[in-house]
Amino acid sequence: MVLLRVEGLSKEFDGLKALDRVSFTAEEQEILGIIGPNGAGKTTLFNVITGVYPATGGEVSFRGDSILGKKPHQISRLGIGRTFQIVRPFPNLDVETNILVAYGHRFYPHLWNSTLPFRQPDIQKEIDALIESTGLQPYAKQLAKNLPLGIKKRVEIARALALKPRLLLLDEPSGGLRFEESVQLMDLIRKVRDQGISVLLIEHNMQVVMDLCKRIVVLDHGSKIAEGSPEEIRSNPRVIEAYLGKEG
Amino acid sequence: MMSGYLITILITVLVYAILAHSLNIITGHAGQISLGHAAFFGIGAYTSALFYTQAGVSFWVAVPLAALVAGLVGIFLGIPCLRVRDDFLAITTMGIGFVVEAIFLYIPFFGGAMGIGGINLPHWFGREMTKSEYFFLILIVFLLLLLLDRRLGRSWIGLAWSSIREDEQAAEAMGVDLVRFKVLAFVLGSSIAGLAGGFYAHFLTFIMPQNFGFGQSIVILCMVVFGGIGTRWGPFLGAIILGVLPEISRPIMEYRTLVYGVLLLAMMRFQPGGLLGEESILPKMLRRFQSHSSEKG
Repeated sequence: MVLLRVEGLSKEFDGLKALDRVSFTAEEQEILGIIGPNGAGKTTLFNVITGVYPATGGEVSFRGDSILGKKPHQISRLGIGRTFQIVRPFPNLDVETNILVAYGHRFYPHLWNSTLPFRQPDIQKEIDALIESTGLQPYAKQLAKNLPLGIKKRVEIARALALKPRLLLLDEPSGGLRFEESVQLMDLIRKVRDQGISVLLIEHNMQVVMDLCKRIVVLDHGSKIAEGSPEEIRSNPRVIEAYLGKEG
Repeated sequence: MMSGYLITILITVLVYAILAHSLNIITGHAGQISLGHAAFFGIGAYTSALFYTQAGVSFWVAVPLAALVAGLVGIFLGIPCLRVRDDFLAITTMGIGFVVEAIFLYIPFFGGAMGIGGINLPHWFGREMTKSEYFFLILIVFLLLLLLDRRLGRSWIGLAWSSIREDEQAAEAMGVDLVRFKVLAFVLGSSIAGLAGGFYAHFLTFIMPQNFGFGQSIVILCMVVFGGIGTRWGPFLGAIILGVLPEISRPIMEYRTLVYGVLLLAMMRFQPGGLLGEESILPKMLRRFQSHSSEKG
């Protein structure tokens, strides 16, 4: 079943076409890879889907309803979690509190509910479970700013999971990580999918993409140039050209 | 009873403490810098003064009205502040401060440069309150505000504010409605500053635009930064130290702005978290002392 449908999506910045009529769908419980050279528009795509930038054309629908024009906080409450290319955990909050912020999404919409204390035993239980399933117990009480990059990325994913999302947007989760760290992170992403959450994965590390994704969308200069299985993408001449340049 | 001089200092310090805590909500908790906070202090003072002297409204109604009006103006003026951040926000709020001061100064209704006089201490039990009684009244209000502050700090509202202070873009990706929670911080902070203004007006009995100018905004900010921005007791400590200092030494009073400026610079250089900030000397010493005594015990 289709979870996210992107149709003819465009985004211009002062005449620069960052996204040019991009269309694709993401199904339930799949990891869809989004690849492309630097400046292809991958992060812009995430920012338009999550409402950070308004689109200049096209349509985005999530579980059948249009989400274009909604604010980021509304979109996150609908069940779309995300991480950032350059990690943005809340630096001076500990890991547990980082996750609590996202957990609060169900309290924020009502002023009265937002006045309730956030330390409650039943909530703590859920947070503990989430911390355990993401392998963050040793860091639960540490400030996010003091953690190594690999753990910060894990905190971002755990935080996004606290939204109880149906769809997770991961922007280069393995970027800047050592080999072992990125292997661990891939395991976590698989685990997330097995919980029934779909993942849109922007990734530069081809091995990670080919391992995790059954389907891949390739962007170049804002346009979709290919879509298909890892094998198809690997042998697609346009993809090879986009990455390596045209032969003289 | 306490001497008149002492009670004057105590009341002044308490008013500053309320003010510093109100700014701490906006700047400390929600991370939104404000260089125009004295404007809301002034709006409260003028509201209360005008209702009291012009409309004959009693103190007990005029001061809550001061908080209400300052809060409403806070919504109105908070909206342009939503579109800007950091240094631009600092300039916008500074501008708001200048505009409000100018309105008090140039519109005759507000008494112009002469200000408004004849604002008296409240009456109760058929007589005027003594200054000591007034002090205890403000003290009770201050303690109630501290309780409110504590409650908010432990609520989802406090958590949403922390997340906005830490990283706005990440906060809104986690379901935090930036507009709602920023406006809430501005309204609450402005309204409490207005309340402080009401108390201040009835204590001074005479108010002028200069009481609520840019210098005053900086004084309030200094107290918050000096004591420890975002901490629970920091603003109070800052208000005590910076409120009492000029009183005990005339030279400091004359060079008050200079002294505050130097203190602020020194704090930024050596103790950016303020006296009670997480990584400052005082809390560290306290923790060392605690662990030391627990080892002994």
